[in-house]
Amino acid sequence: MTSSVLRLSSITKRFGPLTANDAISFELAPGEVVALLGENGAGKTTLMNILFGHYVADEGTVEVFGEALPPGDPRAALEAGVGMVHQHFTLADNMTVLENIALGTESPWRLSLDRRRAAARIRALATDFGLEVDPAATISALTVGERQRVEILKALYRDARILILDEPTAVLTPIETEALFSTLRKLVAKGLSIIFISHKLNEVLAISDRVVVLRAGKLSGERRTAGATRQELAALMVGQEVAPPAVPEVARGPVLLKLYGVSTTGRGTRQRLDDVSLALIGGEITGLAGVSGNGQAALADLIAGLEKPASGRIEIASAAIADWSPRAALAAGIARIPEDRHAVGTIGDMSVTENVMAEQYRAPRFSKRGFLDWKAARAFAEEIIRDYDVKCPSPEARIRLLSGGNMQKLILGRALDPDPAVILANQPTRGLDVGAIAYVHGRLLAARARGAAILLISEDLEEIMALSDRILVMSNGRLSTPSARGERSVRDLAELMAGHGLEAA
Amino acid sequence: MRLEPRPAPGMATLVLLPLGAILVTVLAASLLVLAAGASPLSVFGLVLKGAAGTQFALLETLTRATPLIFTGLAIAVAFRAKLWNIGAEAQLYAGAVATVVLGTGALPLPAPILVPLLMIAAVSAGALLLLGPAILKTRFGVDEVVTTLLLNFIMLLFVSMLLEGVLKDPMGLGWPQSQKLIAEARLPRIITGKRLHYGFVVAVFSAIVVWIIMKKTALGYEMRAVGHNPTAARFAGIPVNGVLLKTAILSGGLAALAGFSEVAGLKGNLTLDLSPGFGYSGIVVAMLAMLNPLGVVAAAIFVAGIFVGADAMSRTAGVPSYIANVMVATALLTMVTAIMLTRFKVRWR
Ligand SMILES: Nc1ncnc2c1ncn2[C@@H]1O[C@H](COP(=O)(O)OP(=O)(O)OP(=O)(O)O)[C@@H](O)[C@H]1O
Ligand SMILES: [Mg+2]
Repeated sequence: MTSSVLRLSSITKRFGPLTANDAISFELAPGEVVALLGENGAGKTTLMNILFGHYVADEGTVEVFGEALPPGDPRAALEAGVGMVHQHFTLADNMTVLENIALGTESPWRLSLDRRRAAARIRALATDFGLEVDPAATISALTVGERQRVEILKALYRDARILILDEPTAVLTPIETEALFSTLRKLVAKGLSIIFISHKLNEVLAISDRVVVLRAGKLSGERRTAGATRQELAALMVGQEVAPPAVPEVARGPVLLKLYGVSTTGRGTRQRLDDVSLALIGGEITGLAGVSGNGQAALADLIAGLEKPASGRIEIASAAIADWSPRAALAAGIARIPEDRHAVGTIGDMSVTENVMAEQYRAPRFSKRGFLDWKAARAFAEEIIRDYDVKCPSPEARIRLLSGGNMQKLILGRALDPDPAVILANQPTRGLDVGAIAYVHGRLLAARARGAAILLISEDLEEIMALSDRILVMSNGRLSTPSARGERSVRDLAELMAGHGLEAA
Repeated sequence: MRLEPRPAPGMATLVLLPLGAILVTVLAASLLVLAAGASPLSVFGLVLKGAAGTQFALLETLTRATPLIFTGLAIAVAFRAKLWNIGAEAQLYAGAVATVVLGTGALPLPAPILVPLLMIAAVSAGALLLLGPAILKTRFGVDEVVTTLLLNFIMLLFVSMLLEGVLKDPMGLGWPQSQKLIAEARLPRIITGKRLHYGFVVAVFSAIVVWIIMKKTALGYEMRAVGHNPTAARFAGIPVNGVLLKTAILSGGLAALAGFSEVAGLKGNLTLDLSPGFGYSGIVVAMLAMLNPLGVVAAAIFVAGIFVGADAMSRTAGVPSYIANVMVATALLTMVTAIMLTRFKVRWR
């Protein structure tokens, strides 16, 4: 066994009473792509953070190319050839691509950096591996997909031989994912080894050579990808088969939310809405497909109350809305699941309890004459933790410490608790494991059966097609005409997403 | 060296950290004392004695702590919501001005009515003064660090103008000072013949009220949410701008009470040296207390003790009382570091 580039030996990491990694060992061969699978909170990110030196393991060792890595030293990991693209990007927004990539590779005592040479090197890497991005562009002006390319370039620039990608595709469109995969194949051809974390089993099947599964911190299974099936992997991960959602017929209700020719001004470089009319009907899931950046975010902000219409109007249950704000939206019975759970959905440094009560703390249930009833709030948090099967140390834990999936379940619980009439679900299953996705879908379908009107915004066309009663496509801030379930094919939808045929609408 | 986030700090950490910071402070100050050619042990002995060694010393320390409790609370409240109020000094003077304007005979009322009235007037003046920068911040995004800081200088010049003009005491032999408050406007002494006055009681009571607001009320919850993540707070329906304005009213009002209590409890009139920087020291007090309102009382007494004790020490030992400033500044620095340690664990390698 001389051939492994990376060897993890019985890594154990505890956070207080919780064992996030329990005696995990595995190896990585040169040119191999290993997919790391596991439910939300299984300990994948923790394990990678140990490997990269962000966390120090309580027990166990990491060997790279036969040499033990000093624990807790990302610099040593970098020098040994380990590169990591984090689940949440770590780029400096106000700096250029070049600065982000090259900074930190130079000696700190050198004041200037050789921009010309650095730019040439970045361009060479970019063309070699299909990672086109302008070295002079500022990060804040880039799309998510481009930012990710910068992260990968940053690792390659430092001569990474082992690349760790923590849920790289969670934020990518299908087309961007395809591009990422072709990059990864080129890297593997050059002999790099890759650890790839994803919850999307078709991606895992498409890109990996071997699958390693974590469950509750333990290594629970290993397979060669060739010959494995989706069902098999899902079962390994969750411990049981996961059936696709059944979408029963339900009676249509009245129109619960209506937009009449709404346009918005669009903040910053955001795509604005252009004369959008839309009706959300009780008992229906309306799916909104589209390439990200075409105004879905603006529509979500509008319905969430964050943005006011510049022209046109919003009508809820046939009453026109005058003063539009998040609070007004909540009062009108709109539940909102935001796209960005870290920056918008939760307050990281506050507790689970304080986060779940955030939309309702003024209700008589939680406060009387300005005084909060913490006992009731805590009971509410415990109820959501139980009902939504959230894994967390306690209701007092800071929500920042929860895994992404568990955070999402809390947001879902908070939003759905008051039995809302309208539900805005923006990328509700992004980054969730198959079990959690089935769970979220189940909750949305239950709300539909109850008569709620749901707007599902997703970049996952499969999800849209599986759940939606009606599908709309957004392109350049405009909406297509709706199509009923099964009426338009994937190809038709893709055409619309590319902006063809909308003029006729 | 690596930093790892850690779960919410336990009670023990919260108590041990400030104590650790104080220990580091004393050690650092010892070096200076050695450099001044004195023995640290005897110097700190003298500081301690001067701060709390006798009944007189202790009362003096508590008297000095009173305005620091108010300004410390003002800062703690504002910083919780990340409203960077650096202008407690100006709000203090606003409260003092309101107190002398109405308390020198303009309102001939009995004490039980006049004193609360003066407090309300002072609080309103301080609140209004901070409301300006807060509105500029919420409306136009103007940085409140700059506006509140500059208001300190404007306010001091304004007070100087008043004391040379309309508020000048005609019997003051030309000194820039206001008339004395009428007897009904004064806060009584707690022990007759000693300087400690009921302002101290009001300060401690205020700390308890602020603690209740922060812990138990919706407003306190809103302030913390806005301070931690305004974007998420707004999304959840918390009226971020409204909360910032309420915070400004509370913070400015508390700082103004410092001015009221110094005038009505201690000095009896307004002069330009009413505050030797209580507004700024309030920042240290609030940080030492980790923004905890009850901690503010302890931190204010500690900081006041250093100043009072160092004064007494310098009279006997000949080490300059500036050592107090060094100690307070060092305490601030170590505390800021220590606060980081409550949120992150340091791993050596
Ligand atoms: N610094 C920390 N302190 C305490 N608990 C932590 C910390 N970091 C992670 N955890 C806990 O460890 C567990 C594993 O988390 P981890 O982020 O590794 O999960 P994951 O497998 O990456 O999940 P996801 O798919 O949702 O990203 C979770 O229960 C999480 O709450
Ligand atoms: Mg993770």
